[in-house]
Formats: sequence, structure tokens, C-alpha cells
Amino acid sequence: MSDNRMEVRQVELEVLRYNPETDQEPKLQKFTVPCVNEWCVLDALNYLKDNLDPTLAYRWSCHMQVCGSCGMMINGEPKLACKAMLRDYPGTIRIEPLAHFPVERDLVTVADDFMAKLKRVKPYLIPGQPRTLEDGEYKQSPEQLKRYRQYAMCINCMLCYAACPEYGLQPKFIGPAAIALAHRYNQDSRDGGRDERQEEIATNEGVWECTFVGACSEVCPKHVDPAAALQQVKVASTVDWYLEHFMSWVKK
Amino acid sequence: METIQTDVAIIGAGGAGLRAAIALAQADPKIRIALISKVYPMRSHTCAAEGGAAGVIKDDDSFEQHFHDTVGGGDWLSDQDAVEYFIHEAPKELIQLEHWGCPWNREADGSVAVRPFGGMKIKRTWFAADKSGFHILHTLFQTSLQFQNIQRFDEYYATDLLVDDGRCQGFTAIEMRSGQMRCFKAGAVVIAGGGAGRMFPFNTNGAIKTGDGMALAYRAGAPLKDMEFVQYHPTGLPNTGTLLTEACRGEGGVLLNKDNYRFLQDYGMGPETPIGKPELKTMELGPRDRVSQSIWHEIQRGRSVKTAWGDCVWLDMRHLGEKKIDERLPFVRDICISYLGIDPVKEMVPIRPVVHYMMGGIHTDTKAATSLPGLFAAGECACVSINGANRLGSNSLVEILVFGKRAGLSALDHARSQKPGNDAALTTLADAAQAKLRALFMRNVGKESISGLRKEMMDTMEEGCGIYRTQESMAKTCDKISELRRRYQNVALHDKTNVYNTDLLSALELGSMLDCAEAVAVGGRERKESRGAHQRLDFTARDDSKYLKHSMAYYNGLEPPRIDYRDVVITSSPPGVRDYSGAKK
Repeated sequence: MSDNRMEVRQVELEVLRYNPETDQEPKLQKFTVPCVNEWCVLDALNYLKDNLDPTLAYRWSCHMQVCGSCGMMINGEPKLACKAMLRDYPGTIRIEPLAHFPVERDLVTVADDFMAKLKRVKPYLIPGQPRTLEDGEYKQSPEQLKRYRQYAMCINCMLCYAACPEYGLQPKFIGPAAIALAHRYNQDSRDGGRDERQEEIATNEGVWECTFVGACSEVCPKHVDPAAALQQVKVASTVDWYLEHFMSWVKK
Repeated sequence: METIQTDVAIIGAGGAGLRAAIALAQADPKIRIALISKVYPMRSHTCAAEGGAAGVIKDDDSFEQHFHDTVGGGDWLSDQDAVEYFIHEAPKELIQLEHWGCPWNREADGSVAVRPFGGMKIKRTWFAADKSGFHILHTLFQTSLQFQNIQRFDEYYATDLLVDDGRCQGFTAIEMRSGQMRCFKAGAVVIAGGGAGRMFPFNTNGAIKTGDGMALAYRAGAPLKDMEFVQYHPTGLPNTGTLLTEACRGEGGVLLNKDNYRFLQDYGMGPETPIGKPELKTMELGPRDRVSQSIWHEIQRGRSVKTAWGDCVWLDMRHLGEKKIDERLPFVRDICISYLGIDPVKEMVPIRPVVHYMMGGIHTDTKAATSLPGLFAAGECACVSINGANRLGSNSLVEILVFGKRAGLSALDHARSQKPGNDAALTTLADAAQAKLRALFMRNVGKESISGLRKEMMDTMEEGCGIYRTQESMAKTCDKISELRRRYQNVALHDKTNVYNTDLLSALELGSMLDCAEAVAVGGRERKESRGAHQRLDFTARDDSKYLKHSMAYYNGLEPPRIDYRDVVITSSPPGVRDYSGAKK
């Protein structure tokens, strides 16, 4: 492990600043931050806040890529600041709040819309066959688990919304993470709530808004692949439509 | 000041807070539940727990075994009535989570799978790969969304409890978005605010774990219990402190010193077990306190691995193979590659012990009631105490469920039995809390900086209250923390605006940590024995004649806390010898 990972270099950061109480509009502010090579962008921000400017506002907590707090635009791409390693950024690093969300202050965005959409898709188990605690656990084979586990990995970091061109144009779009989460429950062998969720997601504000750009899956830090979930919902709802209109005697 | 009137208010929306909220919502759809958190619920640190949750489910297991593992693991400081309640409720809670959709790993026959964990004699740890806490938290959060009577207040920071007529009837909180203070009036309050590991420089904890819940209760007169017991997790990444779950060893990883020798056999945890065939409750599956202490001794003996980040030992998982690592420990692999540039499939990982968990916390009884009527607590911020002097891995993810639910239901009972409070008196208290905050805003910037005081606190905590402690080291830390608490009175804000003021938040969090840190240091200085995670070089033996007791720290303003003691509840297991040698019968 003898390399330059512990070397300190001066890193230029351009950070978007906006305080609604004092600023007319957002502007980029430059900082030169002494950084250890092995740091991530979040470490650089923490150094900045502790030593250069305590007024900078941003969200963070776990520093291990699982709490989903520190999503931001880094050189124009949605990233978790704790997963963006300085070794991958040789030049100036531009840091801005996640695109497509209103800025609350500096790098902090307003998450109300996302939170409302999460709730709207009924992201909880609606049991197909209810069980009591005395009945014990549902049996679920490793294969059945595998059908939805990937979609259960979403950390709600909202990077996919910042990457999604459709969401940027049409904020009513329920969006990748929420639809992937609905799909996660639809795919769960214990669940029987698909019809209720389809009412929300198999609509023009749901999957049919998606034009399959696939940017959501590219930026997902947890490889959830929401684009795949969206396509699967589209296919399934198309099948539903045919069953309903041409083969109404067949039970879905 | 805007007032929110509610039946039960919960501070903290991690595992324990969410479980409390759901229990309340299910108990009565008509009651009003206010769930307050300084972060969005899914950011809570429950999400970082990796390994799993312990509950008796398999035929080869028994409640008795879980009881004895837990009590012995806690070096007999656990309250045994609490442990009994806990182990019996544990499987019910884990099945309940399964019914709510938690993606537990499965056996081939579709039943829930269990894995081995440190200090446990039987495999009983339910797991969801190495993201168990993440899945538990998200399952709870998502489940909570179906209850209309849970009203969430995300990104609100609670500042002061409102105590009138001898009972807790609410609190004040800052709405981060507006910077405005709100007054919450409630029939009962539950604190589920998490731990305080951020008082140490090298820790596994998220930035939010600053002891705010503990400090709230403590300042309002509820004592903190057993605060001197701080758990070091043996396997942290040496640079970032990121947790590498105990499941690394549960699945078969081994610890080696610089000579590639499995040193745990020299510390009462031998004889050596075959590579790739971990045996329960011995060698690498010893309890966390013993394993971390052994690493400390290896460092003293000069048998550690020297790295750029200090003395380490090796965690070797290569023999597990890529397939098993990807199936059981995918997150561990990601983290090692991301922060260390090391792939555990191909290379050994240097690790060092890292502050992980507070066994101590707000004193509660088995009903999750604190000493202050109307105030309940659960999760890491509380000390009931099932964990005693050393928590076993995979007990805390169950503790948040069992006692989260208990706290919610106890709070409801209390709220229903109370007459309406004195509104004017509560408003006066809330105004006083607001005035205190305003004074912080008005203060001119002085020479004490938040980050400067925080660094001094962290350094002295590591120096005085680390894995091994002495009278001298702890006395020095007590003095230092006392000094820092006085200097904190002059801390001043650079940011005097309202919207999402993290300078203010940092200042308040520092205040919480300093109060908790003093309870840790003073509690440790006064406990003149070695037990579990509290190890002293000057009093090396456990002393049941004097210290088979919980320490109780009472807030005392700017003076150090008053320490009192309380008997441990022993029901069926008298203090014995902790034996983790594989040779025992």
C-alpha cells in the first residue's frame, strides 16, 4: 500500500451558494481546500465547513453510501458526495445541489415532492394472504427473493430524479425511484397489492411518462436499475390492458 | 410560537422511533402521533447496521441459550428481567418485520436463514445480506406510510423538554427549513434519538449521532445509566472508520497479526479453529470487547501491521471466495474497494477497533419508562439494560423493535391516564427555551469555534476513555471535558440566518455531545473495576462486591454529574466466568 494516497494536494472547489434570506440568486463560490488524495468529495466539504466557512449548508450522515443524504451534482453529474472519490477528479470540482429540485439553501434541496411520491405508490406490503404472528413467517424461496431484492436496494438518494430528463420537463412524473419501489412490492411473493399500485403507476404520470432514456439506472449508486423496473411495469400493464379489453373472461 | 398539540410525540425516526409510531397507530387509529426527526427517517443511522438481528427461531435454539449468551456477553451487568422480556419478544418482532416485507435471506426451503455472530452459542442472527439495518429501517419507514395518524415532522431538531407538574408534557423544536421554533404539547413523549459515538474521533457512527436524545432527557433530570460502557467494534476500516460487519467473521473471515498468526488464541479464545470453519462463541466469534482488547494487546506487543493510518491487524476473507462474499457480504466488498482500494476477495484488509455503540443511555425500566413521568425512551439512546457491559452483535437491531414498540404502548397508557396540562405554564417554558436560543444568536463571535471545541473533545475522549483506561487518563479527560463545557458557553455562531442553519445545528449537537461525554468520563473514573467494555489497567479484575451495579449520572448544570448506583436485577444467572475458549465443555 505504498502509493500517493496520503499525499495532500490543493483542490479547487466551486460550490453553489444560495441563501434565500440574503441572496438574489445562486452563485458559485471558489474555495481552495487542502485535501488528502484518498478523500471523497464529502471529506473536502467537511474540511471546508470546519475550517474555511461554517455557513455552508449541505446534508450528510453515514459516510458509507447507505443513508442517501449527500446526493449532489458533482461536475454536472448526480453523485453521492461520499462515493465521489477525489482521485477521480484531477481538476476543479464544481459542486451544486441536485438538479430538478428547488434549492432550499446552498446544496440543500427541497425533497417534499419526492417524499409525497414515495407515499403515493403505496410502498408497503399489502398481504395477498394475511398471516398472524402465530402462523410464523411466509415461506419465500431464494429465487422468489431474488425477483425483487434488487429493487429493494433503493436508498432514496434521489440521484435518479436529478438525472431523469423527463422529470426535469414534467415534474408530475412519479419518477424512477418511486416506481421501482412500487415494482419491488409488486414482485414480492407475499404481496397482493399490485392492482392498487397500478392505479398510481400505470398512468400517464407513471410509467407512460418515461421515454426510456435510462439515465436513472446509469447514476444509481446501488445498481437498483429503475429503468428496468419501469420497462417491466410497462410490459405488465400492457398485458393488463389486453386482458381487460380483449380477453375480459380471463382472470388477471 | 406555533403550537402542535398531539397525544404522543416521538423524537427520533430511526428503527425505534418508527416502531413506536407504528405500534401507536395500530393500537388506536384515532390518536394523534407526532414523529419528529432531525433528518428524514430513512437517513437515520439504523440504516448503517449490517450484520443482522438475533431471535430464537430454529429448532436447535432456545430462549435459555439466548438469555445466557446475552447476560454472559454483558459481563453480568444486564438486568435479567429486561433480558427475559427481550428474548421472548424478539422472534415475534422479527416475524412481524417479515410480514411487513423485510427481505430476510432464506434457506432453500423458504424459511428465514440465520447466521453465526460473535458471542452467540447458536446461530440465531436473521439477516438481509450485509444490509440488515438498512432493510429494517426502510421496511419500517415504508410500513409507517400507510398510517394516516402518524404525522411526520422531518428535519426538526428538538431543543428542550417541557416539564411541568413533575411530568414531561412536550418539547420545543426548531424547524430547519424556516429556522422557526415550534412548541409540541403531548400527553407523553418518547425519545428514540440514537447514540453518541461522534464524541470520539474514530467511530462507525453517522454525523447525526451526537447524543441529542440522551442530552435532552439528562438535562431534564432523567439520569443516564452505565455511560462508561462504550463498545469498540473490532473491525473498522483504518482510514474512515467504516464498519466491516461481524458477519465477515461469522461467515468465516479470520484475524491475523503481522506474522499471519491468529492471535486470538493467545487471549483465552483458543484453541485455533480450522480456517473457513468458524466455531460459535470462540476465536473470531468471541465477543466484541474481548476481540478489540486482544487487538490492543497485539499492538502493545509490537505484533501489529504498520499502516499509514496507524497500527492494524489483518482481516482475511480471501478463502471465502468471490461467490460467497458477493452473496453474503457484497456491501463490505464495495466499501473496502471504495475507501481502501482493497478487494477482500483478493487481498487481506487492514482493520482496527473503532468506537461503535453506547451500551449506556437514558435509564429506563422494562416498560421503557424513564425516571421522569411522561418520558419514555428506546433504542441506543436508552439503557434498559439488556446489553450490560458489552452488547452482543445483532441484539441491538432487535432491541429497537422490542423496546420501540414497548415505549410507544407505555407512552399511550400514560397519555390516557393524564389530565390536561397547564397550558400557560408550558407556554412559559417554551418561551424560555426560545429565549435561550435567541441568546446564542445574539452572542458575538468569540474565539471558541465549534470545530475547535469538537476536536479537543474527541481527542481527550480517545486518550482517556479508549479501550484501556486508567485513573490518571480518565481524571485528565474529566477535567478537560469540564473545561470544554465552560468554554462552550462562549461558543458563537458565524451563521445568523434562519433557513437550514447547520452552524446552529452543529453548535447544539456539540452541546449534546459534551454533556454525554462528561457522563462517560466521570462514570468511568468512578468505576474502579474492569468489566466488559470498561477495562482499566489499574483495576484489572471485575469487582462484584462493589460494582455489580449500574452507574447513574445525574445532570448537575456546569458541574460534573452526580454519580449514584443502582442494583443490577439478577433473576436466574448469578455472576460467573466468561469463557470463550473453544476447549470448554
